[in-house]
This record gives sequence, structure tokens and C-alpha cells, in this order.
Amino acid sequence: MPEVGMEGQLKLKKASVLLVGAGGLGAPLGLYLAAAGVGRIGMVEFDVVDFTNLQRQVIHGTKDVGRKKLDSAFETMSDINPFVKLERHETALSSENAMEIFKDYDIVVDGTDNFPTRYLVNDACVLLNKPNVYGSIFRFEGQATVFAYEGGPCYRCLYPEPPPPGLVPSCAEGGVLGILPGIIGLIQATETVKLILGIGETLVGRLLLYDALGMKFRELKLRKNPECPVCGDRRTVTKLIDYVEFCGVPHREAPPEPVAASGDIDPVEVKAKLDRGDKFTLIDVREPHEFQICRIPGSTLIPLGDLQKRLGELDPESEIVAHCKSGARSGKAVDFLKQQGYKKVRNMKGGILAWSDKVDPTVPKY
Amino acid sequence: MARILIPTPLRQFADKLDTVELPGKTAGDVLTALTARFPDLKKHLYNDEGKLRSFVNVYLNDEDIRYTGKDATPVADSDTLSIVPSIAGGSIAGGKSV
Repeated sequence: MPEVGMEGQLKLKKASVLLVGAGGLGAPLGLYLAAAGVGRIGMVEFDVVDFTNLQRQVIHGTKDVGRKKLDSAFETMSDINPFVKLERHETALSSENAMEIFKDYDIVVDGTDNFPTRYLVNDACVLLNKPNVYGSIFRFEGQATVFAYEGGPCYRCLYPEPPPPGLVPSCAEGGVLGILPGIIGLIQATETVKLILGIGETLVGRLLLYDALGMKFRELKLRKNPECPVCGDRRTVTKLIDYVEFCGVPHREAPPEPVAASGDIDPVEVKAKLDRGDKFTLIDVREPHEFQICRIPGSTLIPLGDLQKRLGELDPESEIVAHCKSGARSGKAVDFLKQQGYKKVRNMKGGILAWSDKVDPTVPKY
Repeated sequence: MARILIPTPLRQFADKLDTVELPGKTAGDVLTALTARFPDLKKHLYNDEGKLRSFVNVYLNDEDIRYTGKDATPVADSDTLSIVPSIAGGSIAGGKSV
């Protein structure tokens, strides 16, 4: 193409891009940036391929289930383009390693799936003066932009504060249209190539919003916030912080000792209670469409959003166990019920996924 | 009446609607009308001091109201207000990928 030419192709060859995440967004990014001939591509990912990933993480296949995502992704990328230098960063990104990992790349692409890491990626990019090609998805909607480039805004200019944990469900919990990260990932790949080539008008200062159901693209103006603590005129953040704490997530501790009548309860114990005929109520706080896929016999469906309205169905004196898909939403339900004065409420650890693993493998996972 | 677009993560608190028409001459008026109609939305949009939470942005057409006068931003009947929350596109914070 005349706009690229040999000069452009050489720019791509000389360029280095770091993909943070080899999941829904990382999949199309890895495929197309390798195809485009980006000279050096690094990938930060420590996870293993699960078959529930295959609905959207198209860089992995059925044969890769159980393999490290890095191994699977790199195999496909080097098949597409054996001349790309692929660099592994098999680690969880953290404040301890981010600056060191990022410094050797021209561009960082955020394909992560959680708020603490997004703030971490943002801050590290601003501190190191690297563009952050951002994309995010939820159900049928996506967002994309380029942060921290040429005087443009950063993520914290747009969202100084993360949402409280649990407000916005994950793709694993809330579901996502599998095709959606494909589109957003490819928008990110396009922006990455444009940045390398220095052509076109990038998404700096523009938030692209995509609505898959309405098939509409919208654009909102993004401004640099002069008060931004990371990139503003009076910066207060000059080094990486504890992002997990910033996002209000309690740090993970060693698995708690089994405690009677408060805290978590293991699925195996719940099964034992059901078999013994113990007097208790098992509530399932997932959504109706999840209940259709699989359920625990004897459970009552009360979706988390309806819990407040349906409190009348639950006796405050009775023993209650709440479960959801993986234990996150039911944790919120337990907290809520305790605030309402319910004394004997426990959260089934690991949710119905753990039930499938430990109690009844015929229960499908999703 | 202006239109206000409700983003997916907040529709559960707004009777599952994606668009609501509400009266108001300023952004503040429209948002007040919104939380009056859907009280559950209030705590997700506003903190205890009554300020709009900063993981939620409100746009008048394509401009962030933080830069057009915040709650005092004038709103016409042909305008669209959008609530744009941050989405991370993956696990909730604390999920296995941190």
C-alpha cells in the first residue's frame, strides 16, 4: 500500500509491542500484529487455557486446553509469522515488575480483564512515557482509545476512581458476546499499527464506544484532566502503588480454616448437609439464564439483584448458604444478608464451578 | 425532555431500561430526576457526599460534563446524556488474572 510502503514495513519490523493479556482481547491482537510483521511482540500472561475460554479467545483451540496460554498463543503466532521475535513474560503483572517489563517496548496494549491491572498499566505507561492502547468490553459493548500519548489523557483522567469490587461482573460471571473482544481487539491492533507507522488519526483524546446489539459506533471526547494525579500539572503519583488496595479488593490470604456457622463453607460440606437432611436453605444468586444451564438440586433461585425485594422469603433465624457461579456474587449476597441482620449465613466457596469439580462432575461448567 | 442513556452494568437498577426520557434544564436536574425515578441507581452513581462517583462519567452529547459546567451544564430537549461507566472487560477486581 502506498501509505505504508517499504519504509512502513521496516518501521513495523523495528517496532516492539507488549500485549498485556493473551485472552479475549489479546487473541486477535496477537494474531493480527504477528501477521502485520511487528518485529518484536511480548506477551504478559500466566494463565492456562480453559475450554470456557474458547468461545472468544480464538488464538487457542481445543487441543490447547490445559496448556499455558503463552505457549498456545506463541505457537499460533509463529505459525502465522515465523519472523516475529516473541518474548514471554509468564508472570502476573505487578507494581514490582511492571516498570522493568514495560521499559523495553515502544507500545503497550492493554488486553487485561480487571481494574487493578488497568490502573497499573496506565500508571506505568505514563511514568515511562509509553502509549497505552486501551480496549475493554462488557456483554455487548466495548470501549477503545489510546491513552498517555502526545499530551493526551490517561486512564485516570477519564476514571479517577475504580468501581467498587463486584459492581461490574466479569466476562466469566456476567457473560460476553464472544465476537465482541474480536472487534475491540482489532481496533486496538489497528491503532497500534497506526502509531508505529505514524499515519492516520489515532484515538488519542477520543473514546470509541461500540454497541454490538445496535451495531452503532459512537465517539466521546476525552480531555486531559489538569488535576490528574498521574499525568496532570501537579502530579502526586510518581511511582506505582498497591492497585489491589486502590480498587478496594481485600488481598488474597491463605485459605481460611473451616469455621462453623460463619464465613465460607466448602461444597463438599454443603452436599453432606443436603444428604443428612439438615434444616437450612440453599440459595442460588445467579441469573435465570445460568440456572437453566445447571443448578444444584434443592437450591432456590434468588438472583442477586432481586435479593432485597425477596428478603421476605428468607427467615432471619434460619441457616442459609448462598452460592453463585464462582463465589464472588454469593459473597456479596452474604455480606448484604449479614447487614440485614441475618446471623447464620455462609458463602459456598468456589460456587457451582467448585461443586462440579468436587461433588458432581456431571454438572456442566460454563 | 432530554434522553439519558443507561449503560449495561447499571440497567439492573433502572428496571432494565437502556434509555429514559426525563425533564430537566440542566444535567443536574436530569440526573436528579433519574435517581428519583430509580432510587437504587443513586448509590451506584453518587457517593455519601452526594457527588457523582468518579468511575462514572456523564456526557452531554459527546462532551464530558466535568468540562462543561458539571451539574449546571444546560440541557436542551434534543440533547442526549450518556452515563459511561468504566468497564474492565474481564474479571471483577481480584479475579485470578491480577
